Amino acid sequence: MIQATNLSKRFGELEAVRDITFQVKEGEIFAFLGPNGAGKTTTIKMLTTLLKPTSGSVRIDGLDPVTDQHRARKRFGIVFQDPSLDDELTAYENMEFHGLLYNVPRRARQAGIERLLRLFELWDRRHDVVKHFSGGMRRRLEIARGLLHTPRILFLDEPTLGLDPQTRNQLWSHVRRLNEDQRVTVFLTTHYMEEAERVAERIAIIDHGRIVAQGSPQELKEQTKAETLEQAFLALTGTTIRDEDASSVDQMRNIARMWTRRRR
Amino acid sequence: MNAVYVLWIRQLKRYVRSRARIVGALGQPLLYLLAFGLGFGPTFAKAGEGSYIQFLVPGVIGMSILFTALFSGIDLIWDRQFGFLKETLVAPVPRLMIMIGRTLGGATVAVMQGLIVVVLCLLVGFRPADWGAWPLALVYMGLIAVMFTALGTAVASVLEDFQGFQLVMSFLVMPVFFMSGALFPLGNAIRPIRVIASLNPLSYGVDGLRGALTGGGYHFGATLDLVVMCTLTACLLALGTYLFSRVQL
Repeated sequence: MIQATNLSKRFGELEAVRDITFQVKEGEIFAFLGPNGAGKTTTIKMLTTLLKPTSGSVRIDGLDPVTDQHRARKRFGIVFQDPSLDDELTAYENMEFHGLLYNVPRRARQAGIERLLRLFELWDRRHDVVKHFSGGMRRRLEIARGLLHTPRILFLDEPTLGLDPQTRNQLWSHVRRLNEDQRVTVFLTTHYMEEAERVAERIAIIDHGRIVAQGSPQELKEQTKAETLEQAFLALTGTTIRDEDASSVDQMRNIARMWTRRRR
Repeated sequence: MNAVYVLWIRQLKRYVRSRARIVGALGQPLLYLLAFGLGFGPTFAKAGEGSYIQFLVPGVIGMSILFTALFSGIDLIWDRQFGFLKETLVAPVPRLMIMIGRTLGGATVAVMQGLIVVVLCLLVGFRPADWGAWPLALVYMGLIAVMFTALGTAVASVLEDFQGFQLVMSFLVMPVFFMSGALFPLGNAIRPIRVIASLNPLSYGVDGLRGALTGGGYHFGATLDLVVMCTLTACLLALGTYLFSRVQL
């Protein structure tokens, strides 16, 4: 379903992703596990047509996201690490706009919106503006939205970041149900070990832009002779703390917060 | 086409919902109308230039469209880091359609804001020379709106974050407004001012608007205004589209 071959991405001097190769089978839940700044998001961006690889190739459901962008885009849904909903629109409108952007026919759109909003327990709040939603509700809405055009692959980039355990739990049951009922292939990134172990059938551990190990949670533990996945992870990636390169984004977030407050 | 519609209606919905912003954006035009219009009015009349309010109104309408349009374009910066832009960029929709939808939406909002200011101007005592001039006036309002939404998008496509935003305000928006003949007649201005104004796109928009609304009284001439506005709008649209097409997340 997803095939990456010798994939690399450079930003000037920085080699964010170095020569990675992996395969995700149809109907599988595959997790990309790695510390901050390991190259997880860069990889997702290359898989989802947002970044052109410096070298190497990608196939999404048999399509090349570089040369066959449009068709590839219809095949997957994506939930980004940062929210990408329109705060000032209602839940229903966010769904509706997504359906229009993906050319989902009117009837299928209306039926799909209702089904998904009910599934993610947002139907009662469908006419509320998203800015009044909690973090968990937003995430659920994003996932619901990503599924509206019935993609075959769902990309989830750190989907549970900043959510409480209840919401995380609920979210993963939804994802697993989707995977089981509709055979949606799921590609997710996370740095929470227990989540990767719980939901993913196979895991690739990425560090400094390289895949250092891949296999089922069990295989990874055996490989490193570790008892828990966390130990396996630390054995593979070391114990040094990584500096997340998020300072500029944080800064912008603060400015934006200031600005929106001033505007409203 | 769906994409164009979605992005257009989205801007409209956001605009209509942000009442505080609509009202807030009326403060500045009102201030200019009252402080300048009524304050300078008598002096202007004594100098033999007629009614200052009549002169000033097209400038103030132009200003509010300029501000609203540029900010709609610049809104892209946020959409880019915090929101909706990613959603539109991964959708199976050509960038050109996204640009067209955004620009039309931003421009529609700017014209609407301009129309509210028109009502305000009528309340303050402005009287157009001829009610039949409104269609032409609307054309100019539309051109100013599209032009500066496109410029805003172009600027936002290049700016990485809000750091450059203040720079844009002080070195683009304010000079464009003040050096446009919106506030004073260019005919009597000293040469450097006239030269600067003749390089400023807004000058032609305001001049056309003023000519249409006050029945003649063009500085550059009706044909030149229209030609310059159409050409520059097309150029800025092309530039905006090009720069936007290069935006990476």
